Amino acid sequence: MSTPIPGPQPRGERLGDDARARLEVDAKEIISRYPRRRSALLPLLHLVQSEQGYVSADGIDFCADQLGITAAEVTAVVTFYTMYKRRPVGEYHVGVCTNTLCAIMGGDQIFAELKEHLGVGNDETTADGKVTLEHLECNAACDFAPVVMVNWEFFDNQTPESAKKLVDDLRVGADVRPTRGPDSVCTWKQASRVLAGFPDGRAAEGVQAGEASLRGLRLARERGWRAPEAGAGDGGNTGKEAS
Amino acid sequence: MTTLTPVLSKHWDQADSFALETYRRNGGYEALRKALRMAPDDIVEMVKASGLRGRGGAGFPTGMKWGFLPKDNPNPRYLVVNADESEPGTCKDIPLMLANPQVLIEGVIIASYAINCNQAFIYVRGEVLHVVRRLQHAVAEARAAGLIGENILGSGFDLDIVVHTGAGAYICGEETALLDSLEGYRGQPRLKPPFPAVAGLYASPTVVNNVESIASVPGIVAEGAEWFSGMGTEKSKGFGFFSLSGHVVRPGQYEAPLGITLRELLDMAGGIRPGHRLKFWTPGGSSTPIFTDEHLDVPLDFESVGAAGSMLGTRALQIFDETTCVVRATLRWIEFYAHESCGKCTPCREGNYWMVQVLDRLEHGKGTEADLDKLLDICDNLLGRSFCALGDGAASPVMSSIKYFREEYIEHFTGGGCPFDPARATLWAEPTGGKGR
Repeated sequence: MSTPIPGPQPRGERLGDDARARLEVDAKEIISRYPRRRSALLPLLHLVQSEQGYVSADGIDFCADQLGITAAEVTAVVTFYTMYKRRPVGEYHVGVCTNTLCAIMGGDQIFAELKEHLGVGNDETTADGKVTLEHLECNAACDFAPVVMVNWEFFDNQTPESAKKLVDDLRVGADVRPTRGPDSVCTWKQASRVLAGFPDGRAAEGVQAGEASLRGLRLARERGWRAPEAGAGDGGNTGKEAS
Repeated sequence: MTTLTPVLSKHWDQADSFALETYRRNGGYEALRKALRMAPDDIVEMVKASGLRGRGGAGFPTGMKWGFLPKDNPNPRYLVVNADESEPGTCKDIPLMLANPQVLIEGVIIASYAINCNQAFIYVRGEVLHVVRRLQHAVAEARAAGLIGENILGSGFDLDIVVHTGAGAYICGEETALLDSLEGYRGQPRLKPPFPAVAGLYASPTVVNNVESIASVPGIVAEGAEWFSGMGTEKSKGFGFFSLSGHVVRPGQYEAPLGITLRELLDMAGGIRPGHRLKFWTPGGSSTPIFTDEHLDVPLDFESVGAAGSMLGTRALQIFDETTCVVRATLRWIEFYAHESCGKCTPCREGNYWMVQVLDRLEHGKGTEADLDKLLDICDNLLGRSFCALGDGAASPVMSSIKYFREEYIEHFTGGGCPFDPARATLWAEPTGGKGR
């Protein structure tokens, strides 16, 4: 009896000639931003991910061709960074922060309940291809814990119930609005294109700041606290007042 | 009593605070006009005189870093903004760039002019899509207004700024790993020296500064070095964000002079959630040794926090009450370090891997007292033995949690498991009478 020999990573989908032609135009623009070509590699990988939803073998070859480096050199980079996926990702990537602070504030429970609710494990996609679930490391929103990210948009102060409703809405295509983000969530591929450096014109949508970000400022206003004025001399506030 | 001093966050409550027009209406870009009339070296001296120290964690004097660029190196100079905010607990640069990216752009232009560089990069982590949008938008608006590009405001100074998004790697917050990443490689730290000032991006003289450091520059130029150094303590000048998270009533961003205490901040943030008490906290992210309720009155400046056995770091105050298992918290942090270790240096790569195994069995009641010595021994072999500080950071929560909570570790294996109910620690837990577990 022979045991199957583990093969190389599947090539994934092919990158068609049309797509390649389109991407070459974008790649030129990306490369032109940098003093040295190779600096364009990370955005180029976001670019091929925006086309296919993940980085296929053709995607790797494409990047290698654009930069005049080998596929092995590109692969070494792809596998280093967690945002590059080597397998297809759902339309919506749902990330649950389970680093210490979010985990303790309830991220662990949210992640466990979502796994059960969706019937998938970590880094797996629902059968309808809609949602990929993954646990995340700290996403720099600790004052909004527990945090869930959908296609890298912030969904702050989540509970197991709100997170389950969120993924249900995503799966049926109902409107979903990030807490601090644009008016709706774009697709995984569209998000990757923004990350490659092609703006989608949605920067002005959504709030300028979340509630937690404003708490210090609001308190200062309430209590009449200000930073000192320049040249106020001895009478200026230095951030100290008599107790 | 210390009060809050909103400077960077002063206009965050205006709905379009991120727009160039709003920023200008609030006095933005006046500092740039002033700077462009100054000699570049005078700006460097001004920043030195202000006492501004790096806000990304290490606290190195910003002006001195700028002054290290060799005068005789013919290569182009680069400014790289470290916007890869990823240290667990740290959440100040992201809201800053979301609410007011223009103050960062103005800081980049002034700093570039001061160090005589014509190409700057903002390396932002990729997992914050709307922040990336706001940065791209801010650069585009500034370019359209002639604030970036050729002959800025008629000064003859040229500058281009590129927003470069990372792809998910904590290690890229380390400045030399960030440079490797920006050059299109795996983000692995370089041996220092040479420091980036001498051989940074493309082996050219490079300044790498944190977002908050650079965003503090326009204020210093506009208001003067004395204005800035009038706040804070003798050796830790100025103000900064204190980011409170976890078991507090009103977590959030509190901009205050360095030297404020957690007791004062907790008072402003409504205290620990009702019915509970402070158990442990990080002064500056997970890489800084934890503190307990003994340390409520330690002034949060570089020197005082250091003298009390930790580090000011990024002023990321993660607050945990008595419902939190310190072993679980530490395990989770070490899982993080193990995942994020780039693998280049053996002590960090292997040490973190093994610490996860040991902590996991301790948390599940299967450890022994010898495991605690084993952990401390691994930490001893981690600390100071790798190219960068990631491994040092990992040793911090392990050593400090054993120091303050050794009994709790022991209770895990004498009691046959974790004595805590994780449900009690969640955001939605019912308030209790403060019994603890």
